[in-house]
Amino acid sequence: MKIFILRRFVLLLPLLLGITFMTFSLTKALPGDPVYNIVGERSTPEVIEKIRREVGADKSILRQYAGYLALLLQGEFGRSLFTNRKVADDILMKFPNTMRLAFAAMLLAAPIGVFFGFISAKNRGRLTDKTITMISVSAISLPVFWSGLLLMLLFSLRLRLLPPSGTGGIPYLILPALTLSLPAIATLVRVTRVTVIDIMDMPFIRTARAKGITGTSVNLVHIFKNALIPVITVIGLEFGSYLNGAVLTETIFGWDGIGRYAMEGIVKRDYPVIMGSILIGTLVFVLMNLIVDIIYHYADPRVRLHGTDR
Amino acid sequence: MGLTGKISFGILILILMLSAASPLIVPFDPDEIDLDSIGQSPGAKHPLGTDNKGRDILARILHGGKISIGISLLAAVVSMTIGLVMGLVSGYAGGKVDTALMALVDLFLSFPSFLLAIGISILLPSGIYTVMIALSAVGWASFARLIRGHVLSLKESVFVEAARALGCDGTRIVVVHLLPQCIPLALVMAGLKAGGYVLTEAGLSFLGLGAQPPTATWGAMISASRVYINSSPWMVLFPGIMIAMTAICFNLLGDALKEKYDVKAGADL
Repeated sequence: MKIFILRRFVLLLPLLLGITFMTFSLTKALPGDPVYNIVGERSTPEVIEKIRREVGADKSILRQYAGYLALLLQGEFGRSLFTNRKVADDILMKFPNTMRLAFAAMLLAAPIGVFFGFISAKNRGRLTDKTITMISVSAISLPVFWSGLLLMLLFSLRLRLLPPSGTGGIPYLILPALTLSLPAIATLVRVTRVTVIDIMDMPFIRTARAKGITGTSVNLVHIFKNALIPVITVIGLEFGSYLNGAVLTETIFGWDGIGRYAMEGIVKRDYPVIMGSILIGTLVFVLMNLIVDIIYHYADPRVRLHGTDR
Repeated sequence: MGLTGKISFGILILILMLSAASPLIVPFDPDEIDLDSIGQSPGAKHPLGTDNKGRDILARILHGGKISIGISLLAAVVSMTIGLVMGLVSGYAGGKVDTALMALVDLFLSFPSFLLAIGISILLPSGIYTVMIALSAVGWASFARLIRGHVLSLKESVFVEAARALGCDGTRIVVVHLLPQCIPLALVMAGLKAGGYVLTEAGLSFLGLGAQPPTATWGAMISASRVYINSSPWMVLFPGIMIAMTAICFNLLGDALKEKYDVKAGADL
């Protein structure tokens, strides 16, 4: 068990190197000399040369990359070109907001998605199943920035029930969470449906029924319990993708999280902000995948058995 | 193919044909600013109304369709081709080549896809080719993994053994015997992926990272007029309907193809 987790962490290393190398090449590919950004355009050549040596711009690309990694390890992500605030500080400040939004969206999506997926599977081939499938395909295909705007138009601007934008308590949370949860609900419906249908065809369900166990009990104990693992996986992965910044949703609703921070960086071409957001987003996503893998490993003895063999 | 698949295919063809023939259908230039007809609601002259610069929305939607669907289809073909080559080589060669290529695939799959697309779009000069490259870069890896898995199982089949016994070399086996077997699977996935590409392209355009103004794309149209949503909802409504409809059709088409070719619903699809 420990070996498995350890091995997953070791496998994470080349991945992190790949990610940081990409953001590093981004800094290299940017227009303009970063040294000028630090000292200003009017400095003397001597000062520029001195700073250049200090930040290591005169060394080889590999040495520079090593320096960049060292800075990242110290939590130094650079400063915003516009506000001159530390990117790391800003991200730390905004992350809890993104986290709250992600939790709220999952709280909506998980029960609704699993419930309708279950209903759909139980009515396989009937009209109910077809309707639910059709609605979930549509929900997956809606661009979030558009469905978000429509929800805002209806509930905030026309019915005046909820605030259109801003960061705050539950009234502010409802619309962005709803917007964000739509694709997740649809994904969960699809996954739950396929899983439950697979399980329903298994011999142990027939055995349970033959033993005279009631329908409800079979549903809850035999089917639901077995369907839980793939469902948890999907919830975890969706959650991971929310945490890396729901860029579009947060932007629409003015939610002060990582996503909107990244968007503002993109609009102003504030490169340290963009890179910091991408780096943190990817890191969170990768870690979330790892956590899902570990949960999976603990939750299902079958996976454990095969996992350690490999 | 079922009825939904056929209808979806029909609607996609219709949208493409209307987009291609847009100058014949709408008498307005999609980029021509007309300050006398700013923010007109849908009516006889402008069936879908005009935007905040007086441009005809129907003309812009049709023009945008060419770009949005064109980019998505092209990206689907490019990522499918890369995925086919990588998957075939990786699956057939096995050993170190396989390990190296799959490590690369894993690296690409571990990025959150939208962030990767944003990163690439910032790195390269903005424009439709950059969007296409970004979409392909995000999508090829899942094609490669799917095809590789398929090749691994095909490699053991009797017809490959027969081909080898008849003296075919590796290249011939891959190109003549394995490739045709992988095409249906790749096409199913391309259909399903294209729906996602339409959404990603729209998202990038919405963020201002797609084709640059004044070129009309559906995402950019929504982005530019979102501040007018309360007074002129049609400006936001119609481009969004087009994005959603196109994505739904691609997804339904993909599902229908999946059923037709009896492809098992793997995690990658």
